[in-house]
Parts: sequence; structure tokens; C-alpha cells
Amino acid sequence: MLRKFFASRWGIISVGAFIGVFATLLQKWGNPGNMGICVACFERDIAGALGIHRAAVVQYMRPEIIGFVLGALIAAYLFKEFRPRAGSAPIVRFVLGAFAMIGALVFLGCPWRAMLRLAGGDWNAIFGMLGLIGGIWIGTLFLRGGYNLGRTQETYTSVGWLLPLTMLGFLCLMLIFPQVQGQEKSGVLFYSLKGPGSQHAPLFIALGVGLAVGILAQRTRFCTMGAFRDLILFRQTHLFSGVVALVVVAFITNLILKQFHPGFADQPVAHTMEVWNFGGMVLAGLAFALAGGCPGRQLFLAGEGDGDAAVFVLGMIVGAGFAHNFGLASSPKGVGPHGIAAVIIGIIVCLFIGFTMRKKVA
Amino acid sequence: MSDIVDARGLSCPQPVLMTMEKIKKVKKGEVAILVDTDTSKENVSRAATSQGWKVKGVKPDGTGYKVTITKKVNGE
Repeated sequence: MLRKFFASRWGIISVGAFIGVFATLLQKWGNPGNMGICVACFERDIAGALGIHRAAVVQYMRPEIIGFVLGALIAAYLFKEFRPRAGSAPIVRFVLGAFAMIGALVFLGCPWRAMLRLAGGDWNAIFGMLGLIGGIWIGTLFLRGGYNLGRTQETYTSVGWLLPLTMLGFLCLMLIFPQVQGQEKSGVLFYSLKGPGSQHAPLFIALGVGLAVGILAQRTRFCTMGAFRDLILFRQTHLFSGVVALVVVAFITNLILKQFHPGFADQPVAHTMEVWNFGGMVLAGLAFALAGGCPGRQLFLAGEGDGDAAVFVLGMIVGAGFAHNFGLASSPKGVGPHGIAAVIIGIIVCLFIGFTMRKKVA
Repeated sequence: MSDIVDARGLSCPQPVLMTMEKIKKVKKGEVAILVDTDTSKENVSRAATSQGWKVKGVKPDGTGYKVTITKKVNGE
């Protein structure tokens, strides 16, 4: 019964709406503006908390991400869907993850945040969304041409547990080394004293919302990239209705919470360089399309035992390291010194992958 | 004897793409699709239904599923 509901259109719409409400509430509870949930930004913050990059304003072990993976793991076990699998072009997934992150950080947000920015009145996100759709459209051309990453293999249960265990380890680190007022380091973890990394909802609320979203999204296969891909590729509106629900409900919740501030200038954690808002998301959209899922979906897949999706997640975290260490990530002032070069290189790498991996599967 | 599409181990959207390709080719009759995740099972069933095919049955097959879809000449 429940299984059927989640697979239905009302199932995906409800989950989109749930995410819309709670993402905007997370902003009220402490998360940065229009960043109630941003998978790319939050994985970047995790990279900062671990010291993989040392951008002082974006260092925080985001419990939402931990919750996404563990929630999906719980749902997968409850509904007997945990299937440990791996071995479908892991290095390609790693590279796609890294460049997806770089593209997202040039725009300053993953598809989830692009929608939340839109729902909060940040019109710069319109260019990001157009770029995302453009990138996904290029991805569908490759898919139509026979692009695929090859088959996975069934594997040991422990393989599927590695990323969830890593996340559990991160949570333990957070509990052992909690934030100390006015200190930028607690034990092995880095924390931000100012900037987006210093803005966060209370740990257990963030973790709770993350777990709930993880469970619901695993059940409904919620995917912000798949929404547009299926629409372009098959004229299917199933996943798309989920993201529409997210945007509409987030918009209404923002209105109620007085968090809706329409305009281009002075938007939270955003810049106004249209071309690179667009270009960054072309890269991210293409990378997500070639990897078969948006950054959220990759976390949920990793939670249900997909070791390849786990590699994509690690690619994103490492990509965030490169993005900040090399000056690729944007800031509210505009793109980083090497952001434009990175987007161009990233698109070339994605095209190389797309053109060269077009063997028909037997 | 039904046509078989082996989409095991392939991730989204390959199973649906392969199913669509197959049903475009055979136009009618019976097609069996082998998949290994619940997501693929749902996606393939949804896609086949949207093309006017009927899901005749879903059976466990190894660690995955065998989804059988049919379409008669008159589209029933």
C-alpha cells in the first residue's frame, strides 16, 4: 500500500512538497539564505570541516547530508531494497562528481539550491536553471546516441555499507568534537566563525530533516536531474511533478515566513554574472546527466548500496577541495580567478566522456 | 516466445531506453525485461504503460525482477 503510494504521482508530489517546506524552514532555523538544503554546498562545507580545503567561511559538517545517506539506508532495509552493487566505471563517476561540484560552485548551488533560490526570489537562479536544463539536454543527446557507464556487479554487503559508515563516522566526529564558541577548530574538525559555514540549524533538527528526506526520497526516487532528463527524453512528467511541487511549496512557505525577496542584486550567497551562472550549471547538469543522477539522488543511491554513486559523492567532496584551493568557486563578488577556465575544461572533459563511452551494451 | 531485454546492472535511464527501443522495434507481442533494482522495475513498468503496453506480470528473477509486458495488434 505504502509502496504503491510512494511510486505514484501523488507520492512524488508529496515528497517534493515535504522538501519544499522543510528546506525553507531550515533557513528559518539557521541555515544560510535560500540554502535550506544544497547538496553541493553542504558537501563543500563537509570538505571544509575535514580540512580538504581551507576556505574559512565554508567549514561545517552538515548533518543533512549524513541524514540523507542514513535515511536512504534505513528505507532500503525497511523495504528490502538494499542491494550492494559496484563496478560501473567508478573512475568516470569520480571525475564527473568532481566537475559537477566545480560547475555547481561557479553558480553557487546544486539543482536543489537553484530551485530554492528561485523560490526565494533570487532571479539569478533563472540563468542557473536554464544552464542546468541545457546541460541535461546535452546529456540526453549522448544517452540517445548509446552513451552508458556499463553494468554494475553485485557485490558484498560491506561494499554498500562503506559510505553510510563513513557518514556515521562523520556524525561521531561531530559529537566528539562539537563546535566551540569562538573557536575555528574543535579536535580534528574545522568550523566557520562567519559566512555560510557559521549559519546552521541545530544539529539534531538538521539531522532529523535529513533522515526524513533520505527515507522519503529513497522511496520515491526523487531526482532533480532525472526530472528534466525524463521530460526531455521520454516526455515523462513523473519526477518533474516532484520538483514543481518543491518549487511551488517552497515559494509559498517563503511567503508565509517572509523569506521571499525578489530581485537580482544582493541575494544571499549568490552573484550576478549571468553567463557564468548559466555556464556553471551547464557543466553541472551535463555531469549529473552523464552520471545518472542529481547530487541528492547520488546520496540516496549510495545509501541503498550503490558503491558507484558513493564514488560520485567522494568525487564531489574532492572536487570541492579543488574548487576552493584553486580559486574556482565563486563568491558573492563574482566568479573565482580560475572559475571560467575550470568550467571550460570541465565541459571538455564531459564531452570527452560522452563521446568515447558510447558502446552498445551486449 | 517473448523478446528479452537484459537491463540488469544498468542504471537509470538505460533500462527504460532499452525497453522503449525494443517496443518500437517489435510494435506488439510480448517483451520480457530483466532488471535488478526496484527503481528500474517501476520505471520500466511506467514507461511501458505510457506507450500503451500492459504490464502482464512482475516475477522475482535471481536477485532482480522479470517484467513481462504485452501489447496486442489492436492496442489492447
